[in-house]
Amino acid sequence: MASTIFRNFQAHPFLLCPTTALFGRRSRVLYCTMRNPESQTATREKQQPQIKVSPHTQNNRLDKFSKDYDAVIGIETHVQLSTLTKAFCSCPYDYGSPPNTNVCPICMGLPGALPVLNSKVIEFAVKLGLALNCKLSLDSKFDRKQYFYPDLPKGYQISQFDVPIASGGYIDLDLPVEFGGGHRRFGITRVHMEEDAGKLLHSENGSYSQEIALPLHFAVDLNRAGVPLLEIVSEPEMRTGIEAAEYAAELQRLVRYLGVSNGNMQEGSLRCDVNVSVRPLGQLQFGTKVEIKNLNSFSSVSRAIDFEISRQVQLLSQGQGDRILQETRQWEEGAQKTVTMRKKEGLADYRYFPEPDLPAVSLREDVLFLANDIYVANFFDATIAKGADVKLATNWIMSDIAAFMKNEKLAISEVKLTPQELAELIACIKGGTISGKIGKQILFELLAKGGTVKGLIKEKDLVQIVDPVEIEKMVDKVLAENPKQLEQYRSGKTKLQGYFAGQIMKVSKGKANPGLLNKILLEKLNANS
Amino acid sequence: MLSTLQTPRSLSRFPLHFPSKSFLLHTSTKSLSSEPVTFASLTDQSIPTTTTLPPQSQILTIRHSLISRQVTATELVQSYLNRLRITEPQLKSFLHVSDTVLREAHELDKKINNNEEVGPLAGVLVGVKDNICTADMPSTGGSRILEGYRPAFDATAVRKIKELGGIVVGKTNLDEFGMGSTTESSAFQVTANPWDVSRVPGGSSGGSAAAVSARQCVVSLGSDTGGSVRQPASFCGVVGLKPTYGRVSRFGLMAYASSLDVIGCFGSSVADAGILLHAISGHDRLDATTSKQDVPDFASQLVSTNSSESKPLKGLRVGLIRETVDNGVDTGVISTIRAAASHLEELGCFVTEVTLPSFSLGLPAYYIIASSESSSNLSRYDGVRYGNQAVTDDLNSLYGDSRANGFGSEVKMRVLMGTYALSAGYYDAYYKRAQQVRTIIRDSFKAALDQNDILISPASPSPAYKIGEKKNDPLAMYAGDIMTVNVNLAGLPALVIPCGFVEGGPAGLPVGLQMISAAYDEGKLLKVGHIFEQTLENYKFVPPLIADDIITSK
Repeated sequence: MASTIFRNFQAHPFLLCPTTALFGRRSRVLYCTMRNPESQTATREKQQPQIKVSPHTQNNRLDKFSKDYDAVIGIETHVQLSTLTKAFCSCPYDYGSPPNTNVCPICMGLPGALPVLNSKVIEFAVKLGLALNCKLSLDSKFDRKQYFYPDLPKGYQISQFDVPIASGGYIDLDLPVEFGGGHRRFGITRVHMEEDAGKLLHSENGSYSQEIALPLHFAVDLNRAGVPLLEIVSEPEMRTGIEAAEYAAELQRLVRYLGVSNGNMQEGSLRCDVNVSVRPLGQLQFGTKVEIKNLNSFSSVSRAIDFEISRQVQLLSQGQGDRILQETRQWEEGAQKTVTMRKKEGLADYRYFPEPDLPAVSLREDVLFLANDIYVANFFDATIAKGADVKLATNWIMSDIAAFMKNEKLAISEVKLTPQELAELIACIKGGTISGKIGKQILFELLAKGGTVKGLIKEKDLVQIVDPVEIEKMVDKVLAENPKQLEQYRSGKTKLQGYFAGQIMKVSKGKANPGLLNKILLEKLNANS
Repeated sequence: MLSTLQTPRSLSRFPLHFPSKSFLLHTSTKSLSSEPVTFASLTDQSIPTTTTLPPQSQILTIRHSLISRQVTATELVQSYLNRLRITEPQLKSFLHVSDTVLREAHELDKKINNNEEVGPLAGVLVGVKDNICTADMPSTGGSRILEGYRPAFDATAVRKIKELGGIVVGKTNLDEFGMGSTTESSAFQVTANPWDVSRVPGGSSGGSAAAVSARQCVVSLGSDTGGSVRQPASFCGVVGLKPTYGRVSRFGLMAYASSLDVIGCFGSSVADAGILLHAISGHDRLDATTSKQDVPDFASQLVSTNSSESKPLKGLRVGLIRETVDNGVDTGVISTIRAAASHLEELGCFVTEVTLPSFSLGLPAYYIIASSESSSNLSRYDGVRYGNQAVTDDLNSLYGDSRANGFGSEVKMRVLMGTYALSAGYYDAYYKRAQQVRTIIRDSFKAALDQNDILISPASPSPAYKIGEKKNDPLAMYAGDIMTVNVNLAGLPALVIPCGFVEGGPAGLPVGLQMISAAYDEGKLLKVGHIFEQTLENYKFVPPLIADDIITSK
């Protein structure tokens, strides 16, 4: 697969740089001893967030030891946002485009180019932050995270350091019954905005340049450079592979529901890096933390973690805890195991400092509007939860309630109507207790003053008249009071039906069931003709 | 040495003077001019008079001469190119001279002949500092690492100049990536000062200042991070304008210190600097730090001084910054600045001394912030995508060797200082503290500018010094920036105008007066500067290198 991509690159080798062809000259081909963390050997991933777990992941002997140990798992998730353009330039990002075709001076880091923030990135970050029950930073900023790597064009990544846009949230989920079920709440430490890096395209020995016997070459594809990401850092609160995988699956559902990302793991739109440590039960101090990368599906998240727990438990139980190193390991799907990818060389110093090319991010103006969206969604959800018809609830919220909020300049949290009462109102109309017209009257009462549907109906004597005999009496009364119109009707002016219906409705004070009213009226009108 | 200037006279006649027939023509049309700026013709400068006439807008004169058909764009451009060719071997202001200038002039002549509309900068030759990107010319930033690099786009400022009809004559020399105060740290050449070719033109925009001083071009663009427009303007006896941070788009300016960098203007008159500023100012969607403030038509606000008003600046409160006329400042410079202050008083200003207690904090804060930001901004020069790439067989050597071979020693020193200042454990003590100092400086300027309309100071503690004099003493060179760095830290606009001379060189060395105003008040600076320049008698800021050309060209 890697070589295929490499050949693709060969078709567009020099688009990267308008003036100098850097990778075209053989003398410049690089020998590179680094492994690409975003390996191209992606495994197939099911679109649905279902987790498959091999029953052979753990052997029985380890199960015995596992009881004595406690695993601590935290996840860093990178979600690629599905904005039309990149975070700081107007390039589109189309996954799978030929290398270096979605690039411009800004995302290539050419001299003199400057970033300008795509405001959609903020909007998406706020949406996800609210959905994750986070606190938003009304005054946030971008920072530069500095390191050298060929896929990082500017030599720094525009990210957020000490003031993430959202922090201190949580995610609720229910474990599937087949894994024991149960409710879980996992803390979200922070959500921050940053830009993605490009990709190194590796070519194993020779497909590119036979004469030079170098073990590994690379070229750079900057299509992905500058694509907006949200990094979501969980609290280290998961204990098993299943919990971690379910957390990731819930995140995927969330970003898809919010429309901020396609959440596709195979394309790298949702990437999970997992930190795993193990400690003897009862020990407060965390064990040595190991990071696992290259997790391309939820099942690999689950299996890699369980493998890693087993590995660490085994080492600890054999008294070889010192062989657990702080390192980054890679999940090998084929072998179903983690292997060392790179050892940590001490703490990296990214020399963060505030990005001087971008003004500070202030949420004050937009956030209320956006937050309102979320609250409206929550209101809708709560209404549905009370058993309201989905389509009717949508109509009421989108039309009359939205119009009321707009006119009164109120947020949904400020209106007096509760989801409970909206559900009740919808049920009353559907069940025929009140007419739609009366429903609207009641709705505005509820929005402005509160109260209950039942109370208002009773108070105002608004119950719909569904008794045919009672309606017939009213029809007879109106027809008798309007002989002239009746004559006109019967001589062919049938449009007068509407007039009669109106008069009867008036007599009923709007309470007559319109269907019944019209049925009886028509019968009477046409009776003697 | 001057023998190189003794070339055929006919080559060096424009535009400092015109043939006599156009002189007559021009004089006759002079009264018809409705331009608010005093509209002396170019010919005025060639009239042998005992009193020296004040500098005039070359841009307006060129426009007038072209439209009234006194001279063709081709003739005009040819004369500049000739002077450039004659002086360049000594000055070395340019890293690249455009080969399309004559063609562009020819196109312009065709337009004029067809009575087509031409832009306000039509026929104006503009020098562009080489750290400002130009799509059709190399842009190296004065660095070996970008040798031969040709950008894919024009900087916004360059694009605007071209759209208004300006002709980019070439790319001017600078200290590598703007880091320096002498233009000696250019990777390619050392530029000489037109007033004394054994001296530096200042820096980092030394090429742009020398080019305007020697009339190799009409106006030029520089960049000012800590004084890089103002100090060379002072050294070379030209007008230098550092706009408010955010006034001019930085898009296409190779970043040195992003929070301090601004593109600035050089001209031989205040009016020209103002016209150029107007051309390049304004919000740019490609630079998120540009302001949406209105851009006034600066030049049209410049009042004519031929009115009989004796106190045109009556009531203007001027604060002379005491710390800038203190110990460590050249006595000749101090007396020149004091004389300039007296001149302002004569014009009706109310001049007092003000103290800025935080003034001396500016230099260390500046060097920490600028170095820190530069260490980050220069990370992109890694040899991976463009520029010079070392031939190596592993990644670390690719980075190490490309940068070791590509950067000069001054750049390396600042990158190392900045990397150090941003490192874990040092950030709070250096970068963060420097930012706190910056806030103090900004506040103290604001307080001083609440009390005064403008502040004045020298632009540099000394006149131009000898080439090589401070090359091995970086601290002495850094100390020379004391007059200018505070203004960058505060983000304020400042105008430097030549105000007198001190002894040195064959004809004395010019001294520049710096005027500082509140943010986005360039208009005030230009108004005051214009009146100052128009009323300053007995000084003529034409360097000896080309003075010969003017005096003998009757």
